[in-house]
Amino acid sequence: MTAVEEAAGRGGRGERGAVRRLAGALHRHPRLRLALLLTAPLLWLAVLYLGSLTVLFVSAFWTTDAFTSQVVRVWSTDNFHELLTTPVYRQVVLRSVGVALAVTALCVVIAFPVAFYTARVARPRWRPLLVVAILTPLWASYLVKVYAWRLILSEGGLADWTLRPFGLGGPGFGLAAAILTLTYLWLPYMILPIHTALEQLPVNLLDASADLGARTWRTVRSVVLPLVLPSVAAGSVFTFSLSLGDYITVQIVGGKTQLIGNLVYSNIELNLPMAAALATVPVVVIVLYLLAMRRTGALSSL
Amino acid sequence: MRLSRTARIVLRVAAGLGFAVIYVPLLLVLVNSLNPDRSASWPPPGLTVHWWSVAWHNTGAREAVWTSVKAGLGATAIALVLGTLIAFAVARHRFFGRDAVSFVVVLPIALPGIVTGIALNSAFGTVLEPLGVGLGLFTVVVGHATFCIVVVFNNVAARLRRTSGSYEEAAMDLGAHTFRAFVDITFPLVRSALLAGGLLAFALSFDEIVVTTFTAGAGVRTLPLWIFDNMTRPQQAPVVNVVAAVLVLLSVIPIYVAQRLSADTATESRI
Repeated sequence: MTAVEEAAGRGGRGERGAVRRLAGALHRHPRLRLALLLTAPLLWLAVLYLGSLTVLFVSAFWTTDAFTSQVVRVWSTDNFHELLTTPVYRQVVLRSVGVALAVTALCVVIAFPVAFYTARVARPRWRPLLVVAILTPLWASYLVKVYAWRLILSEGGLADWTLRPFGLGGPGFGLAAAILTLTYLWLPYMILPIHTALEQLPVNLLDASADLGARTWRTVRSVVLPLVLPSVAAGSVFTFSLSLGDYITVQIVGGKTQLIGNLVYSNIELNLPMAAALATVPVVVIVLYLLAMRRTGALSSL
Repeated sequence: MRLSRTARIVLRVAAGLGFAVIYVPLLLVLVNSLNPDRSASWPPPGLTVHWWSVAWHNTGAREAVWTSVKAGLGATAIALVLGTLIAFAVARHRFFGRDAVSFVVVLPIALPGIVTGIALNSAFGTVLEPLGVGLGLFTVVVGHATFCIVVVFNNVAARLRRTSGSYEEAAMDLGAHTFRAFVDITFPLVRSALLAGGLLAFALSFDEIVVTTFTAGAGVRTLPLWIFDNMTRPQQAPVVNVVAAVLVLLSVIPIYVAQRLSADTATESRI
């Protein structure tokens, strides 16, 4: 039985006619098909999501009545003025960007040898398995991973226990703990793109480099690194922006450390317009970072 | 490139250390769930499975798991429908604003969760509350679906890019109408991509805490919210330890399923 006969066999005559007519209309009018495909998702994303974002950023130009905590819907740039002139805010913004850069740098330093091993040194038979081993922690819960570091860094925890024989102690909860934990969280996002890039590196380029007399280190510097750099940049988009927006990790292991996310969070209840203004900071920084990374060709390999 | 013996050994050691860094914290969580003591000091004074049975009977944790499952299923269902629709539009049509559409899909996951969170929170507050709909499980589902769309979209769009439309054209030449061709040809082609996307969306929703914080009403506590609330309470430490250990063990399942489903979609990335 052909598909048509089968379709005809199901359902009554009237239904068949209606379905066929609708199918025919859809087939003849690609614009209608497209409109039907896009209506629901665009209503959701453009109206609900972009609409909410727009309201949020507009509200950054509103203010809050100091006595009643009510939002005053009058256009003013007071929040941004305060943001730029208050030393505390500037410190927190600089600290947040610093943390995001430090996490990214640490991720690169740890990821590179691991990726080099999994992509070029390990036996080819083992490589897919090693990739799965890198991926598995990505599926473990974010909170559980932060909790693991809370256990490690707590008083008398694993860090203290390991370092005690050397007469040292763990870093405890604070800025260092936050950087360590964030590095741990986003590390796979850095290992994977570097692994892929190294795996796809053409062998004959390396051979050519060796033929021309380059030693290992020279080949790494002049051939491998330039070819892998876009992938490092792609990975850094994740490590940088995920670190910049985080406030949960900082709350759990950061001690008294304040990052931009924590400032946004603490302002939401009492001063929503200020929170909105503060929230524009990571968005602007991330957009600038993306633009900078676009020059390296990283975004096309995301 | 010929690596020297020393370079190989150095790389091997560095990679070994890297893998140790990745897995020691997860193993620690597993061991700590057997810790008879409430404190997290190392090494644990002994091992016990007592807290596992205590955790099993903990109603707060159970209810939180159930809430998370409901929110995840709701968000996944919506994301599957919307993500697939956009994937078909972008992969099978050329139209003005196509790049903008792909960009808007990625935005909810590219921007920090706190930005998405307060944006949705204030929108729900100003639009839904006057209509008598407060924050609750429904708003959590809406929030989660918004950033889950992208994973379904990515999986389905990737699959559609790899399968040309000629199969459908052939089916139509043979007399199948649009819906018939979809049911018999297109759907079977994208089915495993849908499964992989749905799995990723569910996992993403199950793990999400920031957007949940801002979209959940007072009575709605998903598992991440429950863990976050109880993490710093010494009284609850043993139960949190067990819940964390269970989550570490469960995280092997999606990897396994994704591997079985297909090598080309889910394992590439979480996004």
